[in-house]
Amino acid sequence: MELDPFLLSRIQFAANISFHILFPSISIGLCWLLVFFRLRYTLTGNKDWEYAYFFWVKVFALTFALGVVSGITMSFQFGTNWPGFMERVGNIAGPLLGYEVLTAFFLEASFLGIMLYGKNLVSNRVHLISSFLVAIGTTTSAFWILSLNSWMHTPAGFTIENGVFMVDDWMEIIFNPSFKYRFIHTVTASLLTSAFFVAGISAWRARKNVDGPATWKVLRTGVVLAAIVAPIQIFVGDLHGLVALENQPAKIAAVEGIWETEKGAPLTLFGFPDEEARTTHFAVEVPKLASIILTHHVDGELKGLNEFEDAHPPVAPLFWSFRVMVGMGFLMLAVAWWGSYALFRDKVGPWLLRTLSWMTFAGWVASLAGWYVTEIGRQPWVVQGYIRASEVVADHAGGMVLSTLIGYLLLYAFLLVFYILTLMHMSSKPARSLKESMDFAAPSTSTPGSAATLGAL
Amino acid sequence: MEYWLPLIFVSLMGLALLLYIILDGYDLGIGILLPLATDDEKDRMIETIGPFWDANETWIVLGIGILLIAFPSAHGLILTHLYIPVTLMLFGLILRGVAFDFRVKVTAEYKSLWNKLFFIGSLLAAMAQGWMLGSYVMGLESGLTSIAFSIAIALSLPAFYVVLGCGWLFIKSSGDIYTKAAKWARTAILPMGVGLFLISIATPIASSTIAAKWFTLPAAIGLLPIPLMTGVAYVTALWVLSKEEILRAGYGWIVFVCMVVMCLMMALGLAYSIFPDIVIGKLDIWESAASTASLEFALIGTVIAVPMILFYTAFIYKIFYGKSRPLSYE
Repeated sequence: MELDPFLLSRIQFAANISFHILFPSISIGLCWLLVFFRLRYTLTGNKDWEYAYFFWVKVFALTFALGVVSGITMSFQFGTNWPGFMERVGNIAGPLLGYEVLTAFFLEASFLGIMLYGKNLVSNRVHLISSFLVAIGTTTSAFWILSLNSWMHTPAGFTIENGVFMVDDWMEIIFNPSFKYRFIHTVTASLLTSAFFVAGISAWRARKNVDGPATWKVLRTGVVLAAIVAPIQIFVGDLHGLVALENQPAKIAAVEGIWETEKGAPLTLFGFPDEEARTTHFAVEVPKLASIILTHHVDGELKGLNEFEDAHPPVAPLFWSFRVMVGMGFLMLAVAWWGSYALFRDKVGPWLLRTLSWMTFAGWVASLAGWYVTEIGRQPWVVQGYIRASEVVADHAGGMVLSTLIGYLLLYAFLLVFYILTLMHMSSKPARSLKESMDFAAPSTSTPGSAATLGAL
Repeated sequence: MEYWLPLIFVSLMGLALLLYIILDGYDLGIGILLPLATDDEKDRMIETIGPFWDANETWIVLGIGILLIAFPSAHGLILTHLYIPVTLMLFGLILRGVAFDFRVKVTAEYKSLWNKLFFIGSLLAAMAQGWMLGSYVMGLESGLTSIAFSIAIALSLPAFYVVLGCGWLFIKSSGDIYTKAAKWARTAILPMGVGLFLISIATPIASSTIAAKWFTLPAAIGLLPIPLMTGVAYVTALWVLSKEEILRAGYGWIVFVCMVVMCLMMALGLAYSIFPDIVIGKLDIWESAASTASLEFALIGTVIAVPMILFYTAFIYKIFYGKSRPLSYE
């Protein structure tokens, strides 16, 4: 079999970005939760909040480290596998990535040191501000990288000279048509992911009988946050879809499984898209609904895939990913509302705890599915309508790319297993009682030379 | 501006990469030394770098970022040629970076595994960086000389990081570790010196472009301070390490300073050798530069952000100033 370096580079990039996004999708939201815990402690003096902070800041440190190292990999992959991308759009992509490094990476990496280890070296105020700056850093990082990502979907503000993209208007580039929807949709996704993450682990602790008062405060925070954010997320997702319809109609046609352009198109709930036969088998349809949702008109016209010939994305992955994302979104909404109601009534049963702990990583499933919709939906383009991915790939030997791909896959599988095992190990330690946590937090316990402290973390 | 902007960015890139070599160099060096320490000492050595490593590592992201922003075509050319060492470096940096957290958070039975991975990651990253540097100085050629040269740097750079790491341990630790650091530094500094010396001699032999730049007359005299300062710094470090009483009086930090001076001088020498190319013999700075409009936009951010970064970096080093304490989240 001939090894196709283009396909292998694509798989490698997909593997890298899929692995990477798992961690920021937790850490962006989790960092704001940590600021919230710290703020609650500062305002109320309740030690439970401080203990919640100490437990989750360790989880954050681990998650953040995985995000950092997998993110560095991404920045090198542009050059090693896709040199044509920077040669063509470097004038636009370069400064956006540069601003990410300058305004976000250094900020978060620097103040992380104080946030993690500086508690006894600085005042409570400086420590709180440091946590806040790390949160600002993670969100700023999302701002710049999503601006670039959005530009690749909805390019604006440029001219082309001899095939090279030149800057025309930075504001149009940064705030390109899909940016604000994508940014809000992604940050909200992270809040939702981290809400289910903290609620799930807390519920798991409660089931294992290693919970304390802080565990329940965190559980409540997670469930209530999810209940607020989930409907917003569904609403923003809908708006995002409308922007995609306008700018990337082929993506929407694949998502909906629409082959021929039609007015009053039905919504396909379920079915098996077949690209060879150019039809969807066993389609379960609701008449007119796709047109109503996407155009807000009963007889609105939706473009079919056959209009785009060879320039539309693969249909089945999009069709399925979209249904996984939406299904997961509504499931999270239902569970979050059920949980909030139970918490409000003060009747938390074992089934709620069980469901929450099963759904610890629900956000990962929805986020990955969402990213597959948006990224596979841009194919075969790397910059929608202008540059195909095949034009910018490096001309490497297939065998070399295959070997690095296998290396990455093994490494990532290994790290993922350890990440989850470590989370389980950290979460299975009994929560400290109120009194213990007060004793423990006394600064005098960390005398220089007592190496036990590090091991006890 | 069309003339100056690429120059400004190439200098910034050089500065970022120089800072990377020094800052991440000391913590990679400590990672390489890890297997020589007892379990308790491992914890204490990592305490000295815990609050700093992440920001240190960000300098390479900035360095490569500037290459990408300001010289997009060179970015592609360099990184596609260095595909294998870049991948190995990334594997190393990934393992080292996550080992910081995993080694203290996993169940006790896996702690030694993560200590080993910490070491392997540090060594792998250091060697891969040496390989990259060697291959880059040889103008990304793939001949036998180039490979031999790359191997020589791949072996010398970790030794340099080790001495730098010992210098950092002199600053941040005391007691047994301080004594052990002296022993390690004495062992590593000789092969490091021989390696760097051979590389310096081999460079003009292997590359005629570089030879022409160094051995023409008025230039050669003006350049004399570079090898001279490097030599003085090296001998000073050697002398300090040989004097037990100076070390015991707490002057070990001089070794760190000497290594920084050597690094600075070698960087200047390298910059002079390459300039005005960005890939020796293939591309010059202006050929590969991004458009002026893009560089201007990037420059605004840089002028505002870099002083801020330097300022809060200094602030953080001040907070964690002095001999390190056990790392505690509380």
